[in-house]
Amino acid sequence: MSQRGELPQWVDLGLIPLLNLAVALIVAGLVVVIIGENPFEAMWIMLDGAVGSLKGWGYLLYYATNFVFTGLAVAVAFHAGLFNIGGEGQAYMAGVGATAVGLGLEFLPWPIVIPLAILASMAVGAFWAWIPGILQAKRGSHIVITTIMFNFIAASLVGYLINYWFRPVGKMAVESREITGAYIMSFREVARDFFGVRVASSPLNFSVFLAIIAAVAVWYLLWRTRLGYEIRAFGANSSAAVYAGIKPDRIIVITMAISGALAGLMAVNEILGVQHRLVLGFVGGAGFVGIAVALMGRSHPVGIVLAAMLFGLLYQGGSELSFAKPGINRDMIVVIQGLVILFMGALEYAFRPALAALFFKAED
Amino acid sequence: MKRRSLLAAVAAFAMSAAAAFAADDKPAIVFDIGGKFDKSFNESMYNGSEKFKAETGTAYGEFEIANEAQREQAIRNFADQGYSPIIAAGFAQASALEKVAKEYPDLKFAIVDMVVDLPNVQSIVFNEHEGSYLVGILAAMASKSGKVGFVGGMDIPLIRKFACGYAQGVKAAKADATIFQNMTGDTGAAWNDPVKGGEITKGQMAQGADVIYAAAGATGLGVLQAAADGGALSIGVDANQNYLHPGKVLTSMLKRVDVAVYNVMKAGKEGTFKPGILALGLKEDGVGYAMDEHNASLVTDEMKAAAEKAKADIIAGTIKVHDYTADNTCPVQ
Repeated sequence: MSQRGELPQWVDLGLIPLLNLAVALIVAGLVVVIIGENPFEAMWIMLDGAVGSLKGWGYLLYYATNFVFTGLAVAVAFHAGLFNIGGEGQAYMAGVGATAVGLGLEFLPWPIVIPLAILASMAVGAFWAWIPGILQAKRGSHIVITTIMFNFIAASLVGYLINYWFRPVGKMAVESREITGAYIMSFREVARDFFGVRVASSPLNFSVFLAIIAAVAVWYLLWRTRLGYEIRAFGANSSAAVYAGIKPDRIIVITMAISGALAGLMAVNEILGVQHRLVLGFVGGAGFVGIAVALMGRSHPVGIVLAAMLFGLLYQGGSELSFAKPGINRDMIVVIQGLVILFMGALEYAFRPALAALFFKAED
Repeated sequence: MKRRSLLAAVAAFAMSAAAAFAADDKPAIVFDIGGKFDKSFNESMYNGSEKFKAETGTAYGEFEIANEAQREQAIRNFADQGYSPIIAAGFAQASALEKVAKEYPDLKFAIVDMVVDLPNVQSIVFNEHEGSYLVGILAAMASKSGKVGFVGGMDIPLIRKFACGYAQGVKAAKADATIFQNMTGDTGAAWNDPVKGGEITKGQMAQGADVIYAAAGATGLGVLQAAADGGALSIGVDANQNYLHPGKVLTSMLKRVDVAVYNVMKAGKEGTFKPGILALGLKEDGVGYAMDEHNASLVTDEMKAAAEKAKADIIAGTIKVHDYTADNTCPVQ
């Protein structure tokens, strides 16, 4: 018997994550106690705010939709051994694509405009990741550095574009005018206008289906196609992949473009689905959360969807919590979220050796 | 048995939470992304709310948003719980407020720095260009080199409005004066980068500027510091910042958002809330320049007289200060 033996799958994929989550919540609870609030009450408000009502679910799934897209973007690049930290900038640029098409082709009916705007988001996102991809493949510029720097370029560029191109003259808010066709994406307005039904108010929109499609498509791409095999082979051992006739430059560039297109879809949820206009800083860190989501979900679409929902719960529950308890302000919420990331992601295997020892002892 | 007690505990929590939510005609305020302790715009409104609380003993609801989606969520949550008036701090919340205010016609809303044209919304806007014009006059008269500076936060129209009013004031007092204008950045980080603000200030001082006006949120603190260290004068913004470096801050361009918030909350409580546009300029004391013991030695009687004359002329309408946001251009550079 050895310590390195395989643990049963239910322990590896079920018990360990649950244990990590429990420890994270206990530590977070201690923090809540320190600032003088009741941790059980705080926990209840968080859970009830996120899953206790249709509205809560709406928000949870809306946040999760963002994180599924950015998580998948990071995961696809991971499989090729590339660390795409540029999801933030790719999504931000994609918003420009979506808005430009949405406003520029406004005279067309929505069944044409919306799909075109979605494609434009993907194309611009892909383009913004393609440049670092090319630089890595042809010039050896490290993808981590270039994608980070491209986030800054995107932030400045989009700020400029909104201010000087998209913003209507005389309007104070730094945002474009409304994309009229985009209301069709929203559950609430479609239910009201076409079926006369009032549904709970939430930003949930049809992008959530796009997220499910994207998750399935990524799974199919990676495990059922030749390109996916090449991506995974290249990521597992690039020298062996080259020896097997896989062209590294091609894989790097294509993988980055796919990754960028997935990050770009985040703009569909936010711009076409919710804001219906290009808003300054609409990505709001979702690109970076995507890294945590991909790590926690072990770069598998199923794991990513679950991790994204956990983060959606933390976001939505967190904002309900700071509503009910002004003492627990938004910085505290970030601490609680950070603890969950720390224990679920970074310390993922902290309890594994002890658990393994316990297991094999019981077996003996 | 055990399960039942657990359920009872959960129900008790739920009820205590509901009790905390119950609110009748209590005001609420939604702070913007900068957060309520930004030493500037949001904090000023926080002070106004705290003053209301201290005077009336009425608690108010508050929320600091952390991302875009929370704007609407926060306003809607307060509306669901019956808070009124609900104050949205900052122009970025306009679309969210408009949506929610339409759905709750019985509640009262207010927004600062933006106009939302609805029968239950009070829109509070400030004529920052007028106040900036006055500090521009003071800057031009205090300058020995004939060169003055402006350091903006993020490059948005609102800040250009400050810059343009300032430039007009400077030129009015000294037609051949040179104005250096710099923006700290074009992302939200530009509101909170005192180090970069200080560097820009040093750059302007190296070119000869000896009075520098900061309209840059927390970045402005670095501007004031660098000017004080380098022997130049500075001009603060929003709140009275003269005390930060006594004798080295020429004046501060006041924008009384605290008073505006306090008035909205008070009007809501007393039932005198009025929807519509409330434009606060020099006439209404919504903007102005700060005089206190810290800058008394810096502002001569002659300067004060010039500023007061311009103020009277603006109020009377004989001087028209151009508003940058009206057409996105500025007649003077």
